[in-house]
Amino acid sequence: MKLHLKIWRQLNAASKGEMIEYEVSEVSEHMSFLEMLDMLNESLIQRGERVIEFDHDCREGICGQCGIMINGRAHGPLTHTTTCQLHMRSFKDGDTIYLEPFRASAFPILRDLKVNRKSFDSIIEAGGYISAAIGQTPEANSIPVSYEASEAAFDSAACIGCGACVATCKNSSAALFTSAKINHLVQLPQGKLEAADRVLSMVSQMDAMGFGNCSNTEACEVECPQDISVLNIGRMNYEYNKALLLRK
Amino acid sequence: MMNSKIPEGAINEKWSNYKAKAQLVNPAHRKKLNVIVVGTGLAGASCAASLAEQGYNIQSFCFQDSPRRAHSVAAQGGVNAAKNYKNDGDSVFRMFYDTIKGGDFRSREANVYRLAECSANLIDQAVAQGVPFAREYSGYLNNRSFGGVQVSRTFYARGQTGQQLMLGAYQAFMRQVGKGKIKSHTRHEMLELVVIDGKAKGIIARNLETGALERHVADAVVLATGGYGKVYYLSTLAMGCNSSAIWRAHKKGAYMAGVSWIQFHPTCLPQVGATQSKLTLMSESLRNDGRIWVPKKAGDDRRPNDIPEEERDYYLERRYPTFGNLAPRDIASRAAKERIDAGCGIGPMKNAVCLDFSKAIAEQGKEAIEAKYSNLFTMYLKINGIDAYKEPMLISPAAHFTMGGLWVDYNLMTTIPGLFALGEANFSDHGANRLGANSLLQSCVDGYFIAPYTIPDYLAGELKNAKATIEDPAFIEAENAVRKQLTQFLNTDGHLSADYFHKTIGKLLYDKCGLSRNKENLEQAIIDIAQLRISFEKDLKITGDDTLNSELEKAGRVADYLALAELMCYDALQREESCGAHFREEFQTAEGEALRNDDNFCYVSAWEFKGKNIAPELHKEPLVFEAVKLSVRSYK
Repeated sequence: MKLHLKIWRQLNAASKGEMIEYEVSEVSEHMSFLEMLDMLNESLIQRGERVIEFDHDCREGICGQCGIMINGRAHGPLTHTTTCQLHMRSFKDGDTIYLEPFRASAFPILRDLKVNRKSFDSIIEAGGYISAAIGQTPEANSIPVSYEASEAAFDSAACIGCGACVATCKNSSAALFTSAKINHLVQLPQGKLEAADRVLSMVSQMDAMGFGNCSNTEACEVECPQDISVLNIGRMNYEYNKALLLRK
Repeated sequence: MMNSKIPEGAINEKWSNYKAKAQLVNPAHRKKLNVIVVGTGLAGASCAASLAEQGYNIQSFCFQDSPRRAHSVAAQGGVNAAKNYKNDGDSVFRMFYDTIKGGDFRSREANVYRLAECSANLIDQAVAQGVPFAREYSGYLNNRSFGGVQVSRTFYARGQTGQQLMLGAYQAFMRQVGKGKIKSHTRHEMLELVVIDGKAKGIIARNLETGALERHVADAVVLATGGYGKVYYLSTLAMGCNSSAIWRAHKKGAYMAGVSWIQFHPTCLPQVGATQSKLTLMSESLRNDGRIWVPKKAGDDRRPNDIPEEERDYYLERRYPTFGNLAPRDIASRAAKERIDAGCGIGPMKNAVCLDFSKAIAEQGKEAIEAKYSNLFTMYLKINGIDAYKEPMLISPAAHFTMGGLWVDYNLMTTIPGLFALGEANFSDHGANRLGANSLLQSCVDGYFIAPYTIPDYLAGELKNAKATIEDPAFIEAENAVRKQLTQFLNTDGHLSADYFHKTIGKLLYDKCGLSRNKENLEQAIIDIAQLRISFEKDLKITGDDTLNSELEKAGRVADYLALAELMCYDALQREESCGAHFREEFQTAEGEALRNDDNFCYVSAWEFKGKNIAPELHKEPLVFEAVKLSVRSYK
């Protein structure tokens, strides 16, 4: 098939970007979206032009490095799917496709479709862990965890940190990302001891990085490649209020 | 003769003996010592976090935009540990034996025993960090079986075990970043090792956001940069996985061992087109319930569901009745290749075999299968548009794990003092074939439990030495060499992209140094690679400049792949036997099984770099087996 692409090109965070038009032909429906971009870049090299910079790594939907706004949707037209897992069979001959970076003030643009998501790391750094020192841990089965709690913790822990939730949110809120980590840890007995400090610290860091507030549109859940539930956000708010109330 | 520095004592006492005698650094002195850790996967992140907790200053580097994205994240099936929770006869010794046997008796006994010995503790560590492993309704940990063993010792977190272990390590790592003990440099790529007075003292790193070259000095350097299966281009690896850090260390004097021992994973998605960039792995755990078959007659064009039961050949169950579909990876991959080469492959390119769940679904119900593998079935649906609950998955072997890597001694130190290699970047524990779920284990054990003893043991001796500085001529020279190479790439006025060369070398290796090898092909490959390297030097075309430029990054990686590919062929050519994943067609039994030659090849091949266009020099580390008896590896 033949496609018309309109791609955001921007040299760096300080420069002004613009949409540039490209044409690609001989696109097969079996190709992944990123392989289609590989093909376009190959043709740009042949023409002596700078390639389109985009983030990607594992190409199997788990590393969280890829992320493009495709026709205005984070990761493209499918729900719960990363950009790398999107295939060209989701498009048809003659389509015009708009490609833009994940936009948020907390995700400054590096170049073209590449953004900087260090703000996510800083939220984890603020408390997204259990302070278990290495080497002095008890026998694993001495901490029984109910099947339900373990499964629920996993559902939250599955977050890949791609930032689609932020990109799709009209407020650029990182509530889904932050709450997923808080809930992963608070649902396990090992993670309960630090729960109050963790939630206060992570939420405060989230705000400091310039992410917006959650206004419950639930758009994030739709785009989340791991189908992380917005109920996590409700639980985070509960933990946050509880921590504030009990703070000494 | 290579000195592997194995401690004294019986096999089960060696690690205790080592720990009892290892040198320590006074806590007050630790903050004066700096360690560079390259790579933030399980080995790198766990090593960095462990050393930071002890009080050392860590500089960490990764090319990804976050430490959490390292390719350990993609491991699906599980992690082995000799906990014997199932009461099914497991023990440290049995796990040690399974691993030695799985590696076809080409790994170092003492290292493998230590791996099994530390395995149980890793599960404790991960649980304490909050890794949500699968549980029984009782609240206790669950296990499953993996290929090549007859006990249930694999711990798992659905099909995302690597991700969950990775997040545990990443969170421990970020905690130390928060405490100021780790300085994390993301989107940085190590492009040169700096050696001063024979010791590793730093690296030249390129900031991939700005293109700036940076000098970083330390008292020791750790490479935890993963494997180089991506040399085949089409592989299960991430696009950015590369060999550059270890290759550049190799050029500075670190030996490479077992270089051609590459694992081809039997359950990957087959190639469907020429523009494909990735062969996605489907977890080996699927073989617990999936049965592998091909049509009995060659050239059968029917859809799998239209082929009746009596016309299906369950070739693993037929050839290996004891282990059946759970035969080890090298054997399962080779058996698939044998059937595909015989014309019985299925799918549009006739390059796949069926992985069939119909029997398991009929026996256990769809819900039970969903509970175990739903994410894998969903992934399959997303990529292929096919519902594997209704028809068999099509799978095929693909380049996956590198058993080879930098040669290390018992301390995980390379032949360059002060340079350590951890995880898949080293060669140490898997011999000629790695067992499923031992990779996550090895990277974690190296980083959490071994390096925290062996690196301080080295650093204790460095405390009194004068500190190296970034003004040292060795730093200037290394930086100039890197700059020169980058300029050369940008100035080569050719017409072929870095990807073109990458795909070409990948295809060449699949054909001539892949699942099976022979003398004639390997000799031809060495000639072909030399020509490809000449072409690379004059025909490469890189657009853009020396700031942020993904094509420039690729060029450096491909240049190293070309050189590495040549060494792989030398290694495969020299080893005139078949062992594990290394299958030389000239050396096989009448039944087509690998034929080892213990009289002449019971050693590790460690290669020394002698210069461009000069044949590498072979050094041998004899493998001595005291705790186990060498035997023919049989899974029949």
